[in-house]
This record gives sequence, structure tokens and C-alpha cells, in this order.
Amino acid sequence: MNTPSSPLASARGLVKDFGRHRAVDGIDFDILRGTCFGFLGPNGAGKTTTLKMLLGLAPKSGGELSVYDLPVPERAREVRARTGLVPQADNLDPDFSVAENLRTYATYFGMKPDDVGDRVERLLAFAALTDRSEAKTDTLSGGMKRRLTIARALINEPEMVVLDEPTTGLDPQARHIIWSRLNELREQGTTLILTTHYMEEVERLCDELVIMDHGRILDQGAPKALVQRHVEPEVIELRGERAGVFADDAQGLGCRVEQMGSSLYCYSHEPGEFLGRLQSATGLTFMHRPTGLEDVFLKLTGRELRD
Amino acid sequence: MNHWRFPTVRSGAFAVWRRNIMVWRKLIGPAVVMNFGEPTLYLLGLGFGLGHFVGEMSGMPYLAFLASGIIASSAMTTATFEGMYSVYTRMDPQRTYEALMATPLEVDDILAGEMLWCGTKSLFSGIAILLVATLLGVVPGWQALWVLPVVFLIGLCFAGMAMIMSAIASNYDFFNYYFVLAISPMFILCGVFYPIDSLPDVAQGFVQLLPLTHAVALTRPLVAGGELTQPLLHLGVLAAYGAVGFYISVALVRKRLLV
Ligand SMILES: Nc1ncnc2c1ncn2[C@@H]1O[C@H](COP(=O)(O)OP(=O)(O)O)[C@@H](O)[C@H]1O
Ligand SMILES: [Mg+2]
Repeated sequence: MNTPSSPLASARGLVKDFGRHRAVDGIDFDILRGTCFGFLGPNGAGKTTTLKMLLGLAPKSGGELSVYDLPVPERAREVRARTGLVPQADNLDPDFSVAENLRTYATYFGMKPDDVGDRVERLLAFAALTDRSEAKTDTLSGGMKRRLTIARALINEPEMVVLDEPTTGLDPQARHIIWSRLNELREQGTTLILTTHYMEEVERLCDELVIMDHGRILDQGAPKALVQRHVEPEVIELRGERAGVFADDAQGLGCRVEQMGSSLYCYSHEPGEFLGRLQSATGLTFMHRPTGLEDVFLKLTGRELRD
Repeated sequence: MNHWRFPTVRSGAFAVWRRNIMVWRKLIGPAVVMNFGEPTLYLLGLGFGLGHFVGEMSGMPYLAFLASGIIASSAMTTATFEGMYSVYTRMDPQRTYEALMATPLEVDDILAGEMLWCGTKSLFSGIAILLVATLLGVVPGWQALWVLPVVFLIGLCFAGMAMIMSAIASNYDFFNYYFVLAISPMFILCGVFYPIDSLPDVAQGFVQLLPLTHAVALTRPLVAGGELTQPLLHLGVLAAYGAVGFYISVALVRKRLLV
């Protein structure tokens, strides 16, 4: 049995190879019940592969993996019965309407289609899709499809929901609706595991996260703790052609300076003096803000371009 | 994980079967037209047209000979189409299997459900042909209903092989090979249009290896009347093709999807 303190999901030295390419390179994590756990990383970091291994949808190449104290992939079937999955790309059933998608999905978990009427109604309301219940899925907007996919992942009343980039490609309104629904779920005690490359998503939702790159975990902790651990509390961002001129100044005044594109980032504990100097400079755009996960992310994963 | 381990089939297969029949019900109009239209065309066109010149074949009116063969070949093509084009669509471009596999269903259950569904569609086509043949007056009695479970088995038999093709296909064009190299030759050679004993000796031995020969050997006496010879052999061949096809397709789809 799962005691409240034992992790809901746990990995030790987890490895995944695709031929000679090591996509996940010996990662460890523990995900506690009732928390929201984030995998933050650039494209190709190994996030999707990790989630697939967690549900037994991709066999692991090495290491230990258990979910609900059951070994995976050996007992992955039981794990999936108690888990919901929102995949990176929607795979709704185009042959069915919105409500039929939910009813049919319930039968894959062994439920009778006639017994799930109430649940389907509830989930349609949760996803704000009640008035679209008879629509074909290909008539839905991206945000609606995503909400339906999330509703579908809840059809078996899962203890844990795994979401692979739940808001990638959505407009800000659609994203906010999804965040509010995910927060509701978390308040109800559902454990959430999500991958994303949006800092704001992690900051809003996650209690704990790992930053992944090239199949490795670079660091792990609560969002605030990671910011404290890796970057100075404040940053001044200079933009424009003349930004580079101030690099030496900033360093002289104790800032840690990083260049990205035509922007200069000056990280500091005491930015007062440098700010004063910038105020007297003309023709310069700058922004002064507290540091956040984005700064941690860029520091740990580097600033080169990914695709 | 060992992809070649023996398949375990659970009741989840029926959920997959149910999904397919629910979709089929939405398109029942065109489906029924297809089920009745095609065999009617064959029976009227070939049965009456050719039958006019042929008269009798193997001691029965040519229309009866043809109807009792077409019911087998139609079960074959129905299950083959479903097991290739439809299964492949759900497995690859439509990504339905990806959604199914996030539930307790395994590849084993999914393909078992697909296979049952292929058999069911073959059964529908068999019912349609039997009705048309009855209306044309070539079915001697109620014993012909025994052909329906056989038609279902023929569907399972060809579904297994079709799903192997789906498992190794990288696009729809690939299926042309299977049609040209397997399905069309069987359609022509296995006794649907003429008795196999009119083939050269070598060819007669060869067609004994093909499942459609055994399918026709069962459907002809069951539909048109006459003595059923070696029924267990024929049933066994069909069941063996189906079982081996299922096993190989499960292993190959596991290999394809669980990466
Ligand atoms: N089926 C596959 N075959 C070969 N390589 C793969 C496969 N899936 C993923 N990869 C590779 O593994 C790495 C991690 O991929 P993925 O887990 O999808 O990353 P993320 O979800 O973080 O963007 C990438 O380099 C990707 O190209
Ligand atoms: Mg991904």
C-alpha cells in the first residue's frame, strides 16, 4: 500500500536509448501525492520519453521505475487504469462527437457506456463543452480540443494525471482556462505531472520541478528555491545597439553579465548604483525586474537556439 | 520487453469491437449499399451472363456455384480491407491506438477487438449475399445458415494476415503488393469461379496451401447443398492462418508502437 509519505512515482537511474542515441540519461525523481510536479526543458530534452516510460508506453532501457509502488513496465496496465494521460498532440477520436469521445473512452477502462452518463455530463461542464457535446471533434478550436482531451483523461477518476505540454500552441485565453482547471484538480487532491517549456506555467502550477536538458536533470526543487539557488534576486535587461557598451560598467559594479542576441542581462544583488548610471544614459531601453525561473532556465540550459 | 511473448486477450477487446461497430452504425447507409450492391452485381452479371453459356458447373446451376464461392471471397476481401486500410488508419495517421494504449488496453486487446470486428464485417457481407442468393432461388434450404459462422471464421482468418500487412506498412500504397501477390491470385485460383480440379496438377497442390481454397470448400456445400468433405481439415486451416496471423501481427504492432 501507498503510505501518504511514500512517493506516488519514483525513478532511479532511469535510462532510455533510441539506438545509439541516449534520450534519457540516468534520471532520478520522486513525485509526492497531491503535488504538481513539472518537467521543464527545451525541445528534445527527453520529457515526452520520460512520461511514456512512466506509463509503460515506451520500454525503459535501464534503471528503476515505480508508480503507485508498482514496478513499471511490468504492472503498467494497473498503473494506466488509475492514471489519466493528456498526450502532447491531441488524439481525439474523429469518428465520434464530443460526448461520444468521453463515453467511448470510458469503455476502454471497463465501464459500461450506460453507467457513465452523469460522469460525462460533469466532465463536459468541467471542460466548458456542454453546449458542444454533439459537435464533431474536428469542428472544435485548439483550446476546446485540449479541454476535451483533459476531460477524457479524467474519465476513470484518476489519482494522477500526466500532461505533456498541455498548453503549447494555445492562445492566452485558452491557456488561462486550462490553468484554472488544472488548479481545481490539484485542489481536489489529484497529483499532476506536467511537461512544459513555459516558465509561467510552472510558476503558476508546480510545487516542484526538475529542469531537464539532453536527457539529464540539471536541478530540482520548488520554483522559488531554484531561483534563489541559481540567480541573483534582480536583473536589469538592456536592449538595443548600445547595450554592449555597458557590459564593463555592469561588471565593475558587481553584476554578473550575460549577452543574448542584442540584449544584455545584468544580474545583481544590489543593482542600485548601476541603475543610477543607466538613468543618465540616453537612447537606451532597459528593464529592471526580479529574477524568475526563466533566468534559471537560461543559465542552466545555455542560451543557444533549439528547435 | 519481449515483443514475441504470447498474446493475452482480455474483455477489453470487446470495447474496441464496440467502438468500431458504433462508428459503422453512423455510416450504415453506404455500408449496406456496399454489402448488397457488390455481390448482387457479381451474381446478376456473372451468374446470369456467364451462366447462360456455362449452364451447370460441378452439377449445380452456375449461379449457385458462383454464389457459394463469392460468399467466401467476399468475406476475404471485406476482412482484408478492414484489417489493412482501416486498421492502418487507426494505428498510424489517426493515432487512435495511441489513445487506446493510454488506457488499460494492450496491443493484444486492441488487435483482438479489430479481428473480431473484421469477422463481424465479413459476417454482414455473408448475410447480404445469402439473402441475395436466396432471392435468386439458388439456396436449397435452411441448412445454408450454417455458412454464417464459417464466414465469420473466414473473416478472422484473413484479418490476421491483413493486420500483419498493416503492422509493417509505412503507407497505403504498400497494400497494393499484398493485393496483387496474395488476394487477387486467391480470388482467381481458389475455386470461386470454377472448380480447382480443372487446374493443372501442380497448381492444384499449390492452391491447397491457400486459405481461400479451404474457405470455398466449406461455403460451397453449405450454401448450394452437397456433401461436406473433410470439414475439420478446412476449419483447421482457416483457424491456423487466423491464429498465426494474430500472433505475428500482435508482435509486430508491439514492436512498432512500444518504442
Ligand atoms: N521514437 C524515437 N526514435 C528515435 N529517437 C527519438 C524517438 N522519440 C524521441 N526521440 C529522441 O529522443 C530525444 C528526446 O525526445 P522527447 O522525449 O520527445 O523530448 P521532449 O519531449 O523533451 O521534447 C530527442 O532527441 C528525440 O529526437
Ligand atoms: Mg515532448
